[in-house]
Amino acid sequence: MSASILIKVEQADFDVGAELGHLEALGGGAVASFIGIVRGGDGLTALELEHHPGMTHGALQRVAQEAAKRWPLIGITLIHRYGRLEPGQRIVLAAAAASHRAAALEATSFLIDWLKTHAPFWKKEYFADGSARWVDARAADDEAASRWNA
Amino acid sequence: MAVELLYFARIREAIGLGSERVDLPSGVATVSDVIDWLVSRGPAYAEAFADRTRLRVAVDQQFAPLETAIAGAGEIALFPPVTGG
Repeated sequence: MSASILIKVEQADFDVGAELGHLEALGGGAVASFIGIVRGGDGLTALELEHHPGMTHGALQRVAQEAAKRWPLIGITLIHRYGRLEPGQRIVLAAAAASHRAAALEATSFLIDWLKTHAPFWKKEYFADGSARWVDARAADDEAASRWNA
Repeated sequence: MAVELLYFARIREAIGLGSERVDLPSGVATVSDVIDWLVSRGPAYAEAFADRTRLRVAVDQQFAPLETAIAGAGEIALFPPVTGG
């Protein structure tokens, strides 16, 4: 059985309830989800998320397909925003529906780990003192993704 | 060979361009060769590509290593390691 895959790349916010409701309606016994939110602190006023518009949708599709190969999933939803986002705003939704919780939970963890290292997005941080900096890729993110290679 | 080059994030800022169409000289066979050729074009390119350990590539919208052959490619994107999610 192939999973129903939903990918969205958009500036606008998404409706978490509606998105999870869509997965619930597929008829499995489990829906798991991860929501990434802009973290405040250290004077951060905004994030600018840049992406490769021609490539992003396909890259997220491949992340979802990889999850579908590894777990018996009924549905997968990946939504990633771009543009200017402020602390407290949602960045990303990764969610999976399956017959049982283990597949849904593990696949959700995989989806966000894999997305962080396999999708063409870049974050720039803006601070209250007027400074700005590109976020550096973290070795911890590579390690989190590579644990799924075994 | 004509190809569309795309630059993102700090690479885009260092070069001052998001994209450009270039005519590559013969002998430019891999992504690494493209970067060598770009670096020869001026200091902004040299700065953008100073640290190749922090450079990532997509050829025709698929992630690819620097050694990738570019024959027939229509688009080469050059960017830092990704930081989404």
